[in-house]
Amino acid sequence: MTTSTTFGALESAKSRVLPLLMTGLLGVFIIAVSGFAQMDVVHNAGHDYRHSMAFPCH
Amino acid sequence: MSIFRNAMFLAAIAGLFAGIVMTGLQSFFTVPLILQAETYEAAAPAHDHGAHDHGEGVAADHHHDEEAWAPADGAERTFYTVLANVVTGIGFGLLLVAVSEMAGGIAGWRQGVLWGFAGFAVFTLAPGLGLPPELPAMPAADLFARQVWWIATVGATAAGLALIVFGRSVLLAVLGVALIVAPHAVGAPQPGTHETPVPADLHQRFVVAVTVTNLLFWLVLGAAMGFVRARFSGPIGTPQNSLA
Repeated sequence: MTTSTTFGALESAKSRVLPLLMTGLLGVFIIAVSGFAQMDVVHNAGHDYRHSMAFPCH
Repeated sequence: MSIFRNAMFLAAIAGLFAGIVMTGLQSFFTVPLILQAETYEAAAPAHDHGAHDHGEGVAADHHHDEEAWAPADGAERTFYTVLANVVTGIGFGLLLVAVSEMAGGIAGWRQGVLWGFAGFAVFTLAPGLGLPPELPAMPAADLFARQVWWIATVGATAAGLALIVFGRSVLLAVLGVALIVAPHAVGAPQPGTHETPVPADLHQRFVVAVTVTNLLFWLVLGAAMGFVRARFSGPIGTPQNSLA
């Protein structure tokens, strides 16, 4: 908490946004592929996982 | 650049750990129920989604068709479940680190648990109210409609929570509550019929198992992230060490 308020928030608030946005988008992409992609192979590989995460995938 | 690298590092460690824990929990609590339900699927008239209107072009019937590759039951199937859990653990980890860093970062494992509760509320609790976890051989509404509702609910719940926690006025908090309630006022797409060969009791146990394992997944993910972040951020305020 203190680390970011002393350094990050003041000095580089702007330069933080872009990399964090990229990080978040990469996360969304990974979740989308593993949870929602309709390819049979991905679906069958992650079948139990998807049911267990309650993704609406089929 | 180092922010991105540090964020990746945090997400990878926490996601790997949470994904492995999740697999252990699933193999005890959810997978046995899935396997049990699949016996009904084999017995049921071909879990074809033809019974309900799918619109055209929805080729995604519940494909255990012979054509597509699927892992063999047993070790191979478990291996792919581990893989899926770890990959998605890292995916959720990336999302968590991005959002939490924008809000100032997770200060320690205890704060991480709170972030974990938020993740659980956003990704499991809210969408699960309208679209409870399904077992194989259960009917479901049109896939696309459900995905739209799921994504909208996740987005609205996340935005609503953020407004309540970080909004600086009562009005924003009220707006946040409204956002959280709205998807449920609209209602999730439901199947035409709820008829299924799967016993209600089995499904009820599955809903509980999925909800609790996801709760634990999120708490572990948040706590691990807070713990690792506190460990590696070193002396307060040193630029090269702090994730900020």
